[in-house]
Amino acid sequence: MDNEQLVARLQRILGREQVIVDVSALRAFESDGLTAYRTVPRVAVLPNDTAEVQAVLRLCHEHRIPVVPRGAGTGLSGGALPHKDGVLLSLARLNKILQIDGDNRVVRVEPGVRNLAISEAVAPLGLYYAPDPSSQIACSIGGNVAENSGGVHCLKYGLTVHNVLGIRMLTMAGELLEFGGAALDAPGLDLLALLHGSEGMLGVIVEVTVRLLPTPVLARVAMADFPSVEAAGDAVAAIIAAGIVPAGLEMMDNLAIRAAEDFVHVGYPRDAAAILLCELDGSAAEVAVSFERVSEVLRAAGARDVRISKNEAERLQLWKGRKAAFPAVGRLAPDYYCMDGTIPRRRLGEVLRAIADLSAEYGLPVANVFHAGDGNLHPLILYDANQPGELHAAEAMGARILQMCVAVGGTITGEHGVGVEKIDQMCVQFGGGELAQFHRIKAAFDPMTLLNPGKAVPTLRRCAELGGMHVHAGHLPHAELPRF
Amino acid sequence: MCMRAICPMLNCRDSDVADNLESAGADTANERVLLRAQATLGATIDRSVADKDISSDLVAQVKAAYAAGRMLAIRGGGTKCWWAEELDREVLDTAPHSGIVSYEPTELVLTARAGTRLTDVVAALDSAGQSLPFEPPMFGANATLGGAVACGVSGPRRPWGGAVRDAVLGVELINGAAERLTFGGQVMKNVAGYDVSRLMVGARGTLGVLTQISVKVLPKAECEVTCVLQLERDAALARVVEWNRSPLPLSATCHVVDRLSVRLSGAHAAVEEAAARIGGVRSDDSAEFWCALRDQRSAFFDGAGELWRFSLPHAARMPRCSGEWLIEWAGAQRWLRSATPLGDRPFVEASALGGHAQRWRPSWQSTPLPAAQRELQVRLQQAFDPRGVFRAGRL
Repeated sequence: MDNEQLVARLQRILGREQVIVDVSALRAFESDGLTAYRTVPRVAVLPNDTAEVQAVLRLCHEHRIPVVPRGAGTGLSGGALPHKDGVLLSLARLNKILQIDGDNRVVRVEPGVRNLAISEAVAPLGLYYAPDPSSQIACSIGGNVAENSGGVHCLKYGLTVHNVLGIRMLTMAGELLEFGGAALDAPGLDLLALLHGSEGMLGVIVEVTVRLLPTPVLARVAMADFPSVEAAGDAVAAIIAAGIVPAGLEMMDNLAIRAAEDFVHVGYPRDAAAILLCELDGSAAEVAVSFERVSEVLRAAGARDVRISKNEAERLQLWKGRKAAFPAVGRLAPDYYCMDGTIPRRRLGEVLRAIADLSAEYGLPVANVFHAGDGNLHPLILYDANQPGELHAAEAMGARILQMCVAVGGTITGEHGVGVEKIDQMCVQFGGGELAQFHRIKAAFDPMTLLNPGKAVPTLRRCAELGGMHVHAGHLPHAELPRF
Repeated sequence: MCMRAICPMLNCRDSDVADNLESAGADTANERVLLRAQATLGATIDRSVADKDISSDLVAQVKAAYAAGRMLAIRGGGTKCWWAEELDREVLDTAPHSGIVSYEPTELVLTARAGTRLTDVVAALDSAGQSLPFEPPMFGANATLGGAVACGVSGPRRPWGGAVRDAVLGVELINGAAERLTFGGQVMKNVAGYDVSRLMVGARGTLGVLTQISVKVLPKAECEVTCVLQLERDAALARVVEWNRSPLPLSATCHVVDRLSVRLSGAHAAVEEAAARIGGVRSDDSAEFWCALRDQRSAFFDGAGELWRFSLPHAARMPRCSGEWLIEWAGAQRWLRSATPLGDRPFVEASALGGHAQRWRPSWQSTPLPAAQRELQVRLQQAFDPRGVFRAGRL
C-alpha cells in the first residue's frame, strides 16, 4: 500500500483533520519526553473513539503497517518514539471520564484522561487516585498503565498496577478484549497485571477502570538533617524496622540539597551530607503519635535536626525543594544525564560510595536524589556536551552505574521504562532465555510484531551501548513539568 | 481491648525474641527493633542450612517429560487438591524444594523456595513483627508459598492490604521447555521487561512451575480491634460500603446471618477513633474468628451442597441465587452455600452485576471466558509450555 492509498483509507475512517501527513505538523510527534531520539512517522492519526481506533488497527493489520501508540508523550524512555514506516496512533482525543462510582470507589476513564484530572474530578467525594508520577499534571492514564508509573507515594500506596482494576484494549488485529472491571479480581490468567509496564507492545488501551482511595484526613512531612549519607540510609531502615510505612520517604545528597536550596530557598540545611523527607498521613491523632516515634528513630539514627511541618503550606514548602531537584541540578552544568536504577535499600551506602568513586574517576560531578522508600535511585551526572568526550564519559559512567545496580540485586529501571533508551541494558538485566520468553509473550498478542516494534525487549543479537535521559542547556522536554 | 492478632495455628515467637532482647541489653526502642531484625536474620540463616534446593531435580524431571511428551501434575502441599480434577499423571513434587533463601525485615522483602510451608514463612515474619499483606488462606498445615502464589487466593485483608499478585516482586520458574527463568527481583519498583512474576499468580501452574518467589511484606499493625454489630444483610452491606469510602483503618469485614464483624488495624489512636465511630461490641475471640474465616474452618463453610464465590463491585446488589450468604471484603467477595445445584445461574448473575463467580465445591469451575480471551490465554500458555507438559483444565 503506498502512502497516498494509506492516507486515503485513513481519511475515509477518520475525518480529514484527524489524519496528519504534513511533515512540519508531524514534527510534533517525532519524540516523547526523551528528545535525544527523534523519528518522523509516516502518518499520524487522532481518532476520537474506540471504534475509530479499531478501524485504524484493522487497516494497519491487514496491510502489515507498524503502529506506535502515544498518550501524552511525557514518557522518559522513548516508548512512544514513532516508526518511520508506521502510523503514529495518538490516544489524546479519547479523553473522557466515563463514569464516577463513589460507592464502588472506581472511575472509568478513556486512556487520554490526565492522571491529575482523575483526582480533581473525585475530590468532592473525598476520594483520590494515588499514583502521582511527577508529570501527573500532563501525563495520561493510558501511558501510566503502559509504563506502570510510580511517584513519591509508592511504598504505601503502590504503583499503577496496584491501583487499576480493569482495562479494555484492542489487539493489533483490532479485537476488543476486556480484563477486570469494578470487582477486585477477574477470571483466567492475570492479563491485567501483564499489560502494566508493557509499553504499548501488547495492545492499545482504550479504557481504564482505576481504584480510588479515601483522602487521608491529614498529611505532614518531617525533614531530617544527617551528617553522612550512610546515617541517612540507616535511618530509612530504622523507620521501617520500627513498623512504620511512611506515605513518602525521599533522600537527597549534599550536591542536590545545595542546588535545590539555591534554586527555591526552602530552608534546607546547605551543610547537611544528606536530608530525609518523611511524610506520614492518617487521622490527626495517628499522625501526631507516629511523628513522635519517627522523630525518636531519626534522632537515634544520628539526625542533627528534625523539622516537622506545622501546616499544609509548610508541608508543600518542604516538598518543593525535592520536587525542584532536577531543574535545580540542571543549573549547575550545561547538561545532565539522569539514571533510574533501583537497588535494595541496604546497599545504598556502598552504591553511593561507588558512584562517588566513579565521579572522581570520570571527573564528572554527580547529584543523587533517591526515592528511599522504594530503593529507586536517580543519580544525575553533570557534564558539558560541548566539551569533547564528556558526553561519551557520562554515558560510559551511567552504564557502569546501571551495571552496579544489577550487580547488587537491583534493576536498570525503576519507573522510567525501557523504551528505546535502555534496550541495551536489558541484556545486562536478563539472560537469553528470559528475553526469548518475552518475545514469545509478545507473539501471543501480536504475531506479526506490528505494534510498537523494536521497543522494550532487545533481539538476542543486540547488546551494546548504554543510554539515558539527556538534557542539554536546560532544554528539558516538557520543561513545565516537575521532575522527581 | 487492643491486641495483636495471633492465629492459633501459628507459632508466635514475639515473646521469646523480646525476652532475648531484654537480656541482650537493648536500651532504646529503636535498638530493640534493629536487634529484633538481626535476631530474625540469624534465625533464618540457621534454618536455610537445613533446607533443600532440589531445583536441578525439578528441571531434570520437566526436561524428561518435555522430551517424552508426557504431562506433569504440579503438587506443593497438596492442600488445594480438591480444587482440581484428579489428574492421572506423573506428579512434580515441589514440597521438598523448601527454605527461606533471604529475609531482610528492613527491606520488606522475603525470598523463599516454592515448597516452603506458609506456616514457616509466617513464623519468620512474625518474629520480626511483620506479615504477608494478603493474609493467605491455609487449607492445611502443609500449605506452601508456591501453592498460595500459584492459586492466587487472598484472605480477608485483601481490599485494604492488596492481593497476592500485588505483593509478588519476583519469581524463578521452570517453563514447559524445562528452561529455568528469572523475572522481577527483590525491589519494590521494577519496570524492566513484561511483568511475568504477576502473570504467574493465579495461573495455577499452567505456565510453568514456580521454584522461588520474592514477596513484599509489611509491618504488622500496632493494634487490631474487632467490632461486632447486629445487622441484617442489606443494612450491613450499606454500612460497609459507606465505611469503605471513608479514611478508616479497615482490614476485614464479615457479615453472616445477622452479625457484622468489622476488623480495624493500624496505629492505636487511629483504631480507637474508628472503633468509636463504628460502634457495636468489641469481640474477645476475634483472632480465631478471622483465622477460621480465612481458612474456611468457620461453621458457614461446613456441610454438603455447593459452595460458590462471587467477586463483585462492593456495592452490587445481592445476586438472585438462593442459599445462605457470607459477605466479606466490604461487599466485594460473597460466598453462597446452596443445598441444591445452581447450574450456571451464578455465572450469569455475577456477569450481570459486573463481576464473576467461581464454584468451589463440589468441584471447581469459573465463569467461562469470552472466546477471544480464551484463545489469547491458550496462545500465552503455548508461549510458556509449547508441548503442554503443564497443560491442565485448571483455569
